[in-house]
Amino acid sequence: MALLQISEPGESTAPHQHRLAVGIDLGTTNSLVATVRSGEPVTLADEQGDHLLPSVVRYIADASPIVGRLAHEAAATDPHNTISSVKRFMGRGIEDVRKDASGYEFIETESVPRIRTVAGDVSAVEVSAEILANLKERAELSLGDALEGVVITVPAYFDDAQRQATKDAARLAGLNVLRLLNEPTAAAVAYGLDTGSEGIHAIYDLGGGTFDISILRLNRGVFEVLATAGDSALGGDDMDSAIADWIAEQAGVGLDDAYVRRRVMHEARRVKEALTDTDSVNIHVELHDSEIWQGELTKEGFDLLIDGLIKKTLIPCRRALRDAGVTADEIMEVVMVGGSTRVPRVREKVAEFFSRPPLVDIDPDKVVAIGAALQADILAGNKPDDEMLLLDVSPLSLGIETMGGLVEKVIPRNTTIPVARAQEFTTFKDGQTAMAVHVLQGERELVDDCRSLARFELREIPPMVAGAARILVTFQVDADGLLEVTAREQTSGVESSVQVKPSYGLEDSEIERMLRDNFEHAKDDVEARKLREQQVEADRVYEAISAALAEDGEALLTESERADIDTCMQTMQDARNNGTAGDIKRAIDAADKATADFAARRMDASINKALSGHTLDEFKDG
Amino acid sequence: MQIDSTRNYFELFGLPAGFEIDVQALTERYRDLQRSVHPDRFTNATDRERRLSMQQASLINEAYQSLKEPLKRARYLLSLNGVDINDESNTIMDTTFLMQQMELRETLEEIGSQPDPMVALEDFAAEVGSMIRDLISQLSTCFDDNSESALNKAHGLSLQLQFLYRLREEVEEHEEALL
Repeated sequence: MALLQISEPGESTAPHQHRLAVGIDLGTTNSLVATVRSGEPVTLADEQGDHLLPSVVRYIADASPIVGRLAHEAAATDPHNTISSVKRFMGRGIEDVRKDASGYEFIETESVPRIRTVAGDVSAVEVSAEILANLKERAELSLGDALEGVVITVPAYFDDAQRQATKDAARLAGLNVLRLLNEPTAAAVAYGLDTGSEGIHAIYDLGGGTFDISILRLNRGVFEVLATAGDSALGGDDMDSAIADWIAEQAGVGLDDAYVRRRVMHEARRVKEALTDTDSVNIHVELHDSEIWQGELTKEGFDLLIDGLIKKTLIPCRRALRDAGVTADEIMEVVMVGGSTRVPRVREKVAEFFSRPPLVDIDPDKVVAIGAALQADILAGNKPDDEMLLLDVSPLSLGIETMGGLVEKVIPRNTTIPVARAQEFTTFKDGQTAMAVHVLQGERELVDDCRSLARFELREIPPMVAGAARILVTFQVDADGLLEVTAREQTSGVESSVQVKPSYGLEDSEIERMLRDNFEHAKDDVEARKLREQQVEADRVYEAISAALAEDGEALLTESERADIDTCMQTMQDARNNGTAGDIKRAIDAADKATADFAARRMDASINKALSGHTLDEFKDG
Repeated sequence: MQIDSTRNYFELFGLPAGFEIDVQALTERYRDLQRSVHPDRFTNATDRERRLSMQQASLINEAYQSLKEPLKRARYLLSLNGVDINDESNTIMDTTFLMQQMELRETLEEIGSQPDPMVALEDFAAEVGSMIRDLISQLSTCFDDNSESALNKAHGLSLQLQFLYRLREEVEEHEEALL
């Protein structure tokens, strides 16, 4: 742990203190970690020199799990204890994960489904945490110090439950999440800063199993996501299948036999990759009883096989353009993401659709991690003068259940976040004193067709005639795309608030337990950890307040206000150095209260400052 | 919290209140404001400052969305004048307009059976587009006038515009079905 430099109150903290921050692309197939080193974004390699970490975790009885390449190699021999593509199960309920023919044995629990392994039952969050912890260790070894913060990328279509699960995994891995960033936005950041181009951009992301298109606008350093669309069951694997089916047809065999199927799929993948830079590939595949089939696939033949698949990606492209209110020829640049965009035919068809050659300069496997690293560097405060700002959107509509199993949308999809919206509801029975609030996410009108995010009850509504109560339900979505819902009865002031813990999420107590287990394993002590956490928090708050005071203390505070704040900060320092976790927490809370007005004044001042660059027009009529 | 909720959205952006708006100036100011209050600027700040920043950024997003687009802007201007456009009790839709809407919808339903439905649909979309532009220009005149009768008229026109927006969405759905 790096020692934080603590300055005297009123002194500015060291301006060039570099905070170690990384970007992590937590992918379905592979994951990566990147950082900004001497101004240049780079992905970090492991000790063997590999940049891509296969997102595979193998559980072993009475030993720590193995992550990455070695786990991946064991997948065939130890399939039930080797978890791949765990991203598909994040934030998902038992029915969803059982539908997915993954071959794992899922256990239903009161909260999230668990996968049975020889090392015990594990949730998707824990599996992801192993991958994140591995990348964290790699980064800390490579950078030589503890990480201050991390930006983790998520698919733009990830719903609240999936985002929350990702954040929970980071917490389990001991990472401080600065921001969850949409993958396409990260890709745009990677290119946007390099080329400095302004205008509307399309991000075409074709991975192994998913397709994603996003339309973004970049203007004077502000990225705005205008729209996103995609197909969660379309990707490079479908190209392999198309080739495999063709081989099977040519060879006159079926693919029902698992052994034959694996052989043919393996060859299909090789053929696909080889056709990236040759016009024709010889096929040689062993079928039943060492019977060999040989053939040839030309680039033209391959193109014919996959044209239908590529065409299927263009439908979401049209939808996204329409949602964004732009036409294909208004797109300035098209960014290619995902290994499948190496296929020449994909590049050709995308170029044709958008009437311009796509950007392919950055390795399509690394571009997302690189963008995340650039954003992490800025969020960590290493580039205070940087003008870049990301304005992301909510990917799916949020609403609540109303009479008859219908969903009333409160925040439509593609709304810029953070966002707060309120809607009024009323009781439907005389004397009704409680109201159930059911929060849903999705585009359909029926509750059953949307994803249930949370349910809670507003109680103690004063009895009134039906329709007289006025219940204001407020949705607040933060910059990570996570939702908080508050319900308030307007006439009585009865309030109920939930930080939406998704229906398929981990309970806080479960995360606590897992953290405890992890630390017991490391012979650590819960109290010691709590104390350390509070000390880190006190240092963070101290530094934040010091910076604020250095900037605006003189202009916005009277002498006595300043003295009060200084006293609180001193108390907090004393507690930090000599107190218990509880003492520190109380001192932090007190410092927070003492600086409340100051924080509000600073916010107002920064708004006025932002507008003062413009001539203030005269108001017509107030 | 000291968020100044008495400031209306136009004041928030330092722009004169009115239907005719300099969208480019609005967008520039929106970005400048977000650049100073967005949560990304406060990742190392205290919890309170982070919360305030989220609330301010939410308010500015909402204000921008309400002014950027003509129908939402009309709706917001009417609400500043105490008129809720969804309260349909005090406005009777123009019957000629409703008849015309029914005819337009019938035409749209029959487009699939035309010899070249894509071309027919494009012509239809162009017609709807020109009706929308016409309504927006009428709205502008009403808000310039700003008398009670002009605002009443603006209310009716806003409802008509809402109808046409829905029709435009249906055109897009048809387009998607044809692709």
